[in-house]
Amino acid sequence: MKKVFINSIGAITSQKTFDNSEFLNEIVNYSTTNISVVNPNYKAYLDAGSARRMAKGIKMGVVASKVALEEAGLESVDAVITGSGMGCVIESERFVAKIIDNNEEFLTPTSFIQSTHNTVGGQIALGIQCKGYNFTYVHSSSSFETALLDAQLQLELDEATNILVGGVDELGPHMIKVHGLIDHIKQEQTIDNLNILSSKTVGAVFSEGASFIVLSNAKQESTYAELIDVAIYNTLGLTRVETKLYEFLKQNNYTVNDIDAVVLGNNGDVNFDEYFNKLSEGVFANTQQVVYKHLIGEYKTASAFGVWLGAKMLKTQQMPDCIKLNDKAPSALNTILIYNQYRGDNHTFVMLRKC
Amino acid sequence: MSELKEELKTKIIEQLNLEDVTVAEIADDEVLFGDGLGLDSIDALELIVMLDKDYGIKLTDPKDGKKIFESVNTMAAFIEANRA
Repeated sequence: MKKVFINSIGAITSQKTFDNSEFLNEIVNYSTTNISVVNPNYKAYLDAGSARRMAKGIKMGVVASKVALEEAGLESVDAVITGSGMGCVIESERFVAKIIDNNEEFLTPTSFIQSTHNTVGGQIALGIQCKGYNFTYVHSSSSFETALLDAQLQLELDEATNILVGGVDELGPHMIKVHGLIDHIKQEQTIDNLNILSSKTVGAVFSEGASFIVLSNAKQESTYAELIDVAIYNTLGLTRVETKLYEFLKQNNYTVNDIDAVVLGNNGDVNFDEYFNKLSEGVFANTQQVVYKHLIGEYKTASAFGVWLGAKMLKTQQMPDCIKLNDKAPSALNTILIYNQYRGDNHTFVMLRKC
Repeated sequence: MSELKEELKTKIIEQLNLEDVTVAEIADDEVLFGDGLGLDSIDALELIVMLDKDYGIKLTDPKDGKKIFESVNTMAAFIEANRA
């Protein structure tokens, strides 16, 4: 089986992450419980004619993929695999609202065209004229990891050489409303996002974003890291997390001591961060712990940014202070484990190694 | 009539998401499709629905659309002659 490498990255999040020459140099603070992305200058990447038919998620996804493709030195790829928990939800909300408001009359195609989950992958492929495998996984908060697993398998079996893999989700007004009603979004009027992980309240800060990477079975100068393995557990009780972690490590001939840093998906929800605490206070108590959702918020494919972070740390051998949960910095970063779950479901492990 | 033309230009920009175009930039006789403003078949559907929803005019024969949607002038004239 061939090895799999992350050859480039591109991310649009609530921090300024779209410029790969920077690594969280400036941190944006937020005081609200729903946050948008820091938009790049989309006009620099998209012509006006195409952009006017792109929902926000499509714009974010297309631009993040363009950043990744450019860094990898590629004009096209063999496959485009996307993960999206909610798809282009803003246009979906708009389309459904129009159906209701207009009594099921006067329906126009534009919102519908932009509302489907696979529009992002489709627009990326159209833009780069990629007629190869194109698939969108809609697996809630494990959508990105499922896309990653698909790409990993294809590359290991040499069925493709370069695959664009990414996760994208957007935040719409109706989504904010309904997730607020059920306390999935924090109820506080104002927050300080940088301290949100110790909030001890229910819910998360909702946000949006797009992260794409070029995965390849050919290492090159731009390579960030080697992808060792991906594991997904849709259902996992609190007491089973450690067991599954050990199984995952053993399967790849690793031990806990081999992990130089663990990237955790804590979002400050007092009811569900216990899964992360189980690892951070237990098996990884003496390991460098890294967090990121206080910076970019929570969305179904937020963990794609966890992978972005892991890859970036391995390539640069740097760890900005704003992402450190403790201070156990190793002398070198060789192996990083990324663990995520959302509301107790869709547990994912991704392991990366320095090249 | 000139008020209707301004209204149509505003609606075209808003509904077709022409972010970089202003009302002042659309001439009354500018060709809307193809080489002019560059609208396409999906935009045509949006305009047909707009006629129905906002002005109560149903386009019975889609072939008529080619003439009606030629420019803001032709659209305004059609609306004036047919609106309920």
